[in-house]
Amino acid sequence: MSDTITAPGDAPARAPGGPRRRRRRPTRNLLPYVLLVPALIAELAIHIIPMLVGVWMSLLHLTQFFIRNWTAAPYGGLTNYRVAMDTHGPVGKDLLHSFLITAAVTVLVVAGAWVFGLAAAVFLQKPFRGRATLRTLFLVPYALPVFTAVITWRFMFQRDSGMVNNVLSDELHLVHGHPFWLLGGNSFAALVIINIWRLWPFAFLTLTAGLQSVPGDLYEAAAIDGAGFVRKLRSVTLPLLRPVNRVLLLVLFLWTFNDFNTAYILFNQPPANADMISIHIYNASFITWNFGLGSAMSVLLLAVLLVVTLVYLGTGRLRSRHA
Amino acid sequence: MKARGIAALAASVMLAAGLAACGSGGGSDKSSPKTLTYWASNQGRSIQQDQQVLGPELKKFEAKTGIKVKLEVIGWPDLLNRILAATSSGAGPDVVNVGNTWSASLQATGAFQPFDDATIAKVGGKAKFIPSTLTSTGAAGKPPAFVPLYGLAYGLFYNKKLFADAGLKPPQTWQDLVTDAKKLTIPAKKQYGVVMEGASYTEGSHFAFMFGAQNGAKLFQGGQPGFDSPQMVAGVKQYVDLMAGQKVVNPSNAEYVNDSDMLKDFAKGRAAMMMIQSYAPKGLAENGMKEGEFGVVPIPVINPLPPGGRKVSSHVAGINIGVFKNTKNKDGALKLVDFLTSPDEQKILDTQLGPLPVVPQAYNDPKFQTPEIKTFKDILANSAETLPMIPEEAQFETLVGNTVKQLIADAASGKTVDDQTIKNALTAANKKMQTGG
Repeated sequence: MSDTITAPGDAPARAPGGPRRRRRRPTRNLLPYVLLVPALIAELAIHIIPMLVGVWMSLLHLTQFFIRNWTAAPYGGLTNYRVAMDTHGPVGKDLLHSFLITAAVTVLVVAGAWVFGLAAAVFLQKPFRGRATLRTLFLVPYALPVFTAVITWRFMFQRDSGMVNNVLSDELHLVHGHPFWLLGGNSFAALVIINIWRLWPFAFLTLTAGLQSVPGDLYEAAAIDGAGFVRKLRSVTLPLLRPVNRVLLLVLFLWTFNDFNTAYILFNQPPANADMISIHIYNASFITWNFGLGSAMSVLLLAVLLVVTLVYLGTGRLRSRHA
Repeated sequence: MKARGIAALAASVMLAAGLAACGSGGGSDKSSPKTLTYWASNQGRSIQQDQQVLGPELKKFEAKTGIKVKLEVIGWPDLLNRILAATSSGAGPDVVNVGNTWSASLQATGAFQPFDDATIAKVGGKAKFIPSTLTSTGAAGKPPAFVPLYGLAYGLFYNKKLFADAGLKPPQTWQDLVTDAKKLTIPAKKQYGVVMEGASYTEGSHFAFMFGAQNGAKLFQGGQPGFDSPQMVAGVKQYVDLMAGQKVVNPSNAEYVNDSDMLKDFAKGRAAMMMIQSYAPKGLAENGMKEGEFGVVPIPVINPLPPGGRKVSSHVAGINIGVFKNTKNKDGALKLVDFLTSPDEQKILDTQLGPLPVVPQAYNDPKFQTPEIKTFKDILANSAETLPMIPEEAQFETLVGNTVKQLIADAASGKTVDDQTIKNALTAANKKMQTGG
């Protein structure tokens, strides 16, 4: 910006003739776009082109006979989509199941991470001795590398030698015998617990930052009006955090819904009760070696996420316009 | 027609762009043909052990040929996916190990250098290898896509002391095995009749094939999958029932992904029997079990066999080695294959890692004249069947193997697993094969 303001001033000193100045103007206007080109190329290479390739692959019968040379794969039109969406067939049925499991995991994880994050942020709002230490401690799960963290959880959840069963069953006698955590129904709980543990520090961090912008005098005014803790939370904190929450919830949603690492490291191939959709798609492609089908599933997932995100942002904008 | 041409052009442009973008992340160093990338399968007790064994040997190869070999050892749960990913991206290793049962499936991708007469001559010729090991190197009527590297067979390992204490002899029939296993299962002492690698899909698929064959099953008929035939249901039940109906397996085994847990349980006397491939003695020794404390017999067969049933107590198991067509140094890659399959290297690698040599001269070594190795040679000669060498074989392994794994997990967590549940699960796998493949 400052460049465009100062530029006319020193232009005559460098450029002697008037016509030359006129010719230079459009170049200068192009500069921001030229500067954007590397970013645009990177964006194309990293996101747009792979996405388009994925869409293209989803229209092919890309089986083992063609994976070395995709261009030779026969064109299948929408066949792959039909197989993926036929909920009476085994492929579509499993995909739908995986989608519902992922949705359930996401709802619980986003809610859990947000509640924990908000609670911690609010309680650490006022200074007290040891606040900085606690804040650092709370961020540990977020700072740990995913692999280290999840593999530790995996050891803890093992049936015979895991710490979870040792504490729950042998020490506290809360459960009878040693239940499985990495197989069957409990695997869902294990996955939700680990995901909340991993994500709540991010919510905490974001909300702590958001709380800095809430003016202290609002709390004072509320206190004078006789508002208690809950009332202050409902009438001051939450409304002022709304813009932060809007972004935070969306990010938490996308991260959890798309998460591959946690479930993959925890289970390698997740049991049906914890069948996260990103791993399901990966496995579906490799199990029958039909990469076209896998791509069709990915495109469907992309479409769903896009719709959810647009609707979410749309309703948010509508609401803020009405307010 | 025209639209398709344009689309194909667009796709190849995108493909080229995509490859250019991720090319730098590829495995092999294409700039210097003096290096080779070798993906080895996990044969020893751990990936580190494989690296320790192969490292010095590859240094010898470098000293001999001046070619540096970059080694990556890949665990079984990931190996097939990694190879497929390398095949589709074109950025892969130069030389690779594969489970020999995948040979025809991987051959169909066209990504591997065929061992036609001229090529196989460069690694010592067909006559170099034991003939039975050549039965699983690719589809019939085509030049093989791989050559054998390690030979393996399943056997039943039993703990001599536990058997003697219970007054038992090693089982001769499958029925004996089940009765013995029941006697040897004492959960209060944390002792079970059998230990299994319940969460391994490869193991699950091998046993589904072997026990299916004992019950008379054919996996494919005229190219159509028959995973849910009554014979396959009976075969899968025979295996899963050790956990489900007979309860002679510790439910925790459903979490065992690698064989290290299984070897440990057996070596510590927590299980009296273990069905595992011939590399096991090495792993047992590392877990403190001495030779002589365990015995090996063929995995027993149902007696009498059901109609159509075949006497199969192992598949012709093993590891093959192949060369990616994309290699920039084909001659060097073939030299490495020749080196690793030479009698001297076979002796070193097989004694340290535990499998059977694939070249006859190696057996001259007294280390390969133990009773166990004799048993395994007999199994391969008399009661082993090759898995079908057709392109759909690898999909059978992943689909049926994962089904078996899931059934074992269900049984371990207390769900009912009976004929009907098994049949339904196998029918779903069969349909996936038909619609997906």
